[in-house]
Amino acid sequence: MTHSLVAMSYIVATILFILSLSGLSNQETARKGNYYGMLGMAIAIFATTLSASVTTYTILIVALLIGGAIGARAALKVEMTQMPELVAIMHSLVGMAAVLVGYANFMDNTIVIEGVEETIHQLEIYLGVLIGAVTFSGSVIAFCKLSEKISGKPLLLPARHWFNLGLLVASIVLGWMFLHALETGGDPLIPLAMMTVIALIFGVHMVMAIGGADMPVVVSMLNSYSGWAAAATGFMLSNDLLIVTGALVGSSGAILSYIMCRAMNRHFLSVIAGGFGTASGGEAAAIEGEVQPIEAEETAQLLLAAKNIMIIPGYGMAVAQAQHTVYEITKLLRDKGKKVGFGIHPVAGRMPGHMNVLLAEAKVPYDIVYEMDEINHEWGDVDVSIVIGANDIVNPSAITDPNSPIAGMPVLECWKGDTTIVLKRSMASGYAGVGNPLFVMDNTRMLFGDANATMQAVLKALRG
Amino acid sequence: MKIGIPKEIHAGEKRVATTPDAAAQIMKLGFSVCIESGAGLNADISDAAYQAVGVEVVPDAPTLWREADIVMKVRAPEQHPDLGIHEVDLLPDGGRLISFIWPAQQPELMDKLAAKSATVLAMDSVPRMSRAQKCDALSSMANIAGYRAIVEAAQHFGRFFTGQITAAGKIPPAKVLVIGAGVAGLAAIGTAKGMGAIVRSFDTRPEVKEQIESMDAEFLMLDFKEEGGGTGGYAKTMSPEFIAAEMALFAEQAKEVDIIVTTALIPGKPAPKLITADMVASMKAGSVIVDLAAEQGGNCELTEKDAVVVKHGVTIIGYSNLPSRLANQSSQLYSTNLRHLLTELCPTKDGVINVNMEDEVIRGTTVIKEGKITWPPPPPTLSAAPVKPEATPAAAVDHVSVAKHPFKELLPLLIAGLVLFSVGAVAPESFMSHFTVFVLACFVGYQVIWNVSPSLHTPLMSVTNAISGIIVIGALVQISKPDTLVSSLAGLAILIASINIAGGFLVTRRMLEMFRK
Repeated sequence: MTHSLVAMSYIVATILFILSLSGLSNQETARKGNYYGMLGMAIAIFATTLSASVTTYTILIVALLIGGAIGARAALKVEMTQMPELVAIMHSLVGMAAVLVGYANFMDNTIVIEGVEETIHQLEIYLGVLIGAVTFSGSVIAFCKLSEKISGKPLLLPARHWFNLGLLVASIVLGWMFLHALETGGDPLIPLAMMTVIALIFGVHMVMAIGGADMPVVVSMLNSYSGWAAAATGFMLSNDLLIVTGALVGSSGAILSYIMCRAMNRHFLSVIAGGFGTASGGEAAAIEGEVQPIEAEETAQLLLAAKNIMIIPGYGMAVAQAQHTVYEITKLLRDKGKKVGFGIHPVAGRMPGHMNVLLAEAKVPYDIVYEMDEINHEWGDVDVSIVIGANDIVNPSAITDPNSPIAGMPVLECWKGDTTIVLKRSMASGYAGVGNPLFVMDNTRMLFGDANATMQAVLKALRG
Repeated sequence: MKIGIPKEIHAGEKRVATTPDAAAQIMKLGFSVCIESGAGLNADISDAAYQAVGVEVVPDAPTLWREADIVMKVRAPEQHPDLGIHEVDLLPDGGRLISFIWPAQQPELMDKLAAKSATVLAMDSVPRMSRAQKCDALSSMANIAGYRAIVEAAQHFGRFFTGQITAAGKIPPAKVLVIGAGVAGLAAIGTAKGMGAIVRSFDTRPEVKEQIESMDAEFLMLDFKEEGGGTGGYAKTMSPEFIAAEMALFAEQAKEVDIIVTTALIPGKPAPKLITADMVASMKAGSVIVDLAAEQGGNCELTEKDAVVVKHGVTIIGYSNLPSRLANQSSQLYSTNLRHLLTELCPTKDGVINVNMEDEVIRGTTVIKEGKITWPPPPPTLSAAPVKPEATPAAAVDHVSVAKHPFKELLPLLIAGLVLFSVGAVAPESFMSHFTVFVLACFVGYQVIWNVSPSLHTPLMSVTNAISGIIVIGALVQISKPDTLVSSLAGLAILIASINIAGGFLVTRRMLEMFRK
C-alpha cells in the first residue's frame, strides 16, 4: 500500500472514531457509534499492516489473535457490577503498551534525525513513557481498590504533597540528564529507566491517596491519561492517527472527570491531592436523633399505598447485586398502575454511569431512569422514595450545613417527598465519613439488612 | 414469655389490645401469645383469625390471667361484671400488665396493683419524645378520635360539607371550627377538609400555626402576646386576659360556623370551658358541637358525657369513646404501639422483657415496678420541637461564588499563551503540523463529548478504552524492525493493545444491547 493510501485510510479511521464518540451521545445512535469505532479500528490496523513499514507477519498475527481472544473472553465474562474494575485494568493496559512502544522506539537505532528534531523526539519518548507509566501503575491500584483487593480508604502519607513535588522535580532532572546523556557520554537508558520507576511510584501514590467515593473521578481521569499516553506515542512516531485518537480520548476523559468533580462540588486538584474535608472551616453539625426502623412487610404496604415511587440506587445496590430484585419490584408496581422512576446521582457507584449500566442489565427501561437535574424539583410529588445502599448522595447536610465536608455538593433531595425508606446494612456512615441527618428525619424509615435480601422480602410481601 | 390478651370488659369498649397481624410480629420477638375467646369480636376479628397466625385461644378470663406472664389490655383494670371480681385480683402476684392506667386519676388502682407486687407499664404515660412516637398510643387514639369527631358531626349535621353549584341551586360549604390543633384537632381538620368544608382552627400555641396552614386550614390569630406552649409539647393554662380575648373570638366565630370541634385539654386538669351556653344559643339551628374533652368535663358548658343532647337547636356530642367507635382501626394502631413498646422492652428478641429503667422511654412508661410505684417519672428533657439548624444554605454558596481577582482568571490563559509561544519559537516545522492536528483533535473531542448523556458514561469509557487501543499502530510500525529486542517489545505491545481493542468494543456492545426502552 502506498504511503498516501495509508494516510487516506487513517483519515477515514479518524472520522469514524469521531462519529463513534458522537454516536454515543444518545441511546438510539449508541450502538451504531460502537460499530463505527470497530470499523475505524479495523481500517487502521489493516492499512498499517499492509503499509511498507510492516514486513513480518508471524508475531503480529499471533499477538493480535492472542490479545483479541483474551479481550473477547474478558468482555463476555465480566459481571456488570465489575465494570469499573474492567475499565480500570484496561486503562492500565494502554499505559503499559505506551511504555513498551516508547522503549522500543528508544532502542530503535534505524531512525536518523538530528538537531532540534532529535531533541524533540527524545523529549516525546520521555513524556510518552512517563504518562504511560503513571497511567499503568495508577490504573492497577485503582483496579485493586475497586475489586477490594486493597482497602478503599485514602492512604494519607505525612507531607504527601512534598513527596509528589519531589517526584516531579526528580523526573524533570532525569529528563535533563536523559537529553544530555549522549553529549556527556553516559547511557540515556539509565535516566529513562529511573524515571519509569519514579513515574510508577507516582501513579501508585496518587491513586492510593484518593478515597473510594472519589473513584468515579479517578477512573475517568485515568481514562484521560490513557488517551494522552496514546497521543504522546503519536508524536513520538509522527503518526497523526495516534495523535488525533489520543487527543479525542484524552479530552473525553478530562470532560468526564470535570463532570464528576462538579457533581461532588469538589475541585479537581483537591480530588487528585486526596483526602476529604481539608478545606472546611468549622465543626460539622453533629447528627442527633433516633432512627425509625421498618420491616419489609410495612415497606410493601407503603409501596402499595403510594402512587408515585422513586428509587435511588447507590453503590450498595451494586455490592448486593440487588438490581434484578429491584427491577422485579418495579415491574410489579408498574403493573399495578404506579409510577415508578429511578433517580441517578452522577457519582452514584464507582464509575461514571455505573448505575445506568446495572439497571440496564436488569432490563430496566431507560426512559424511567432519570438524572438528578431532571427530578430534583419533583420530589414534592413523590409518595415513597427508596434509597438502596446510597448515603452521601442523599445527605441533606450538603445543603443545610456549610461546615459539612460535602457542603455544596448537589444531592438528591428525597426528603422532600412524603416518605423515604432507606435500605442500609448498618448505621455506619458513608465513604465520606459524614453523618446523615436524613436517617433521623421524621419521614424517614430505615430498613436494615443486606439490600438484596430485604428487597427479596419486600417483593415477597408485595406478591402477598 | 407468654403474652395474654383478655376481652375488654368496660361498657361500650370494642377495642382489643392485639390484632392477628401484630400478634404475628410479636411472636417474631420470641413471645408466645394467647387470647381470651371472643376478645376481638367487637373489633370484627374472629378467634379463627388469631388461630390462623398461631395464637392460642383460651376459653375464659381467669385462665388467661393465670397463664399469661404479661397481660396486655386497652382499658385500665376494673371490676369484672360477669365474674364479680376485680381484674387486679385476677392478676397473679408479681404479674406484668401493660394498658392504659391514668395513674393521676386512679390512685386506688395504683395502690392495688402495687400491693400485688406487679410491674405495670401505662400506655398513657409514654414520654413525648421522638423516639417514643411509635409507642405513643395517646397520639394514635387521638388521631382516630379526630377523624371520628367529624364523622359523628356529619351524621348529625343536616347539610353537605362541600359546596356545590347544582341545577337545583347553590349549596354553601359547611364552616368548621376546630379548637385545639393537637393530634386530634389536626386529624379533624384533615377529615373536614377532605369532605370539602371550610376549616378554621385556633390554638394557644403559636408554633402549630404552620401545621394548621399545612393542612390548608385557616389559623385564627389572636392579637395577643402570650405563648401557650408548656413542657413536653402540651398546652398550659393561660392568663385571664388571654382567656377573655379568646372567648370573644369564639363568641364571634360561634355565630358564623356550622360545626365546632373542641379538643382543648391541659394535662392533669379539668378541660377548660371554652364554649358557654350563650355561645351555643347564638349558633345557627342545626349546628353541631363535638366535644372531644367530654371525658375531662367537656370544653362546652352544655356537654353531657357519653350522650348526644340537643340544646338551643344545637346538637352537642359528648362521646368519650370515639376510638372505640372505630374499633378495628384503633385496635390495629394500638396493637402496633404495643408491639413497638415490646420491641423496646425486648431488644434481644428472645421473648424475655427487660424493664430497663435506664432507658428514658421505658422509665417514663413504667408506673409500677415490682410493687414499687415509680410514677410520676422525672420530666423528659427533650423538647418535642426540633432544634432548627442556624446555618443557612446561602452561606455555603457564598463561599464558592466569591469573585476571583481578574488577574487570577487571566493567569492560566497567560501561562498557556507563553507555553504556546515558546513551543512555536523553537519547534521545527514537522512538529508544528502534528501539534496543529493535536490541538484541533482536542477541540473536536471537547465538542463531541459534552453531548454524551450521563447514562452512557460507562459505555463511553469502555469505547474510548477500545479506541485508545489504537496505540497498537505504534507497535505495528515497529514490529518489522531488525532489532529483535525492539520487535519483541512491539509484539508484546500489540498483544496488550489488542486485548484492549477486542475487550473494549465487545463489552461496549454487550452493555448497549442491554439498554432498552
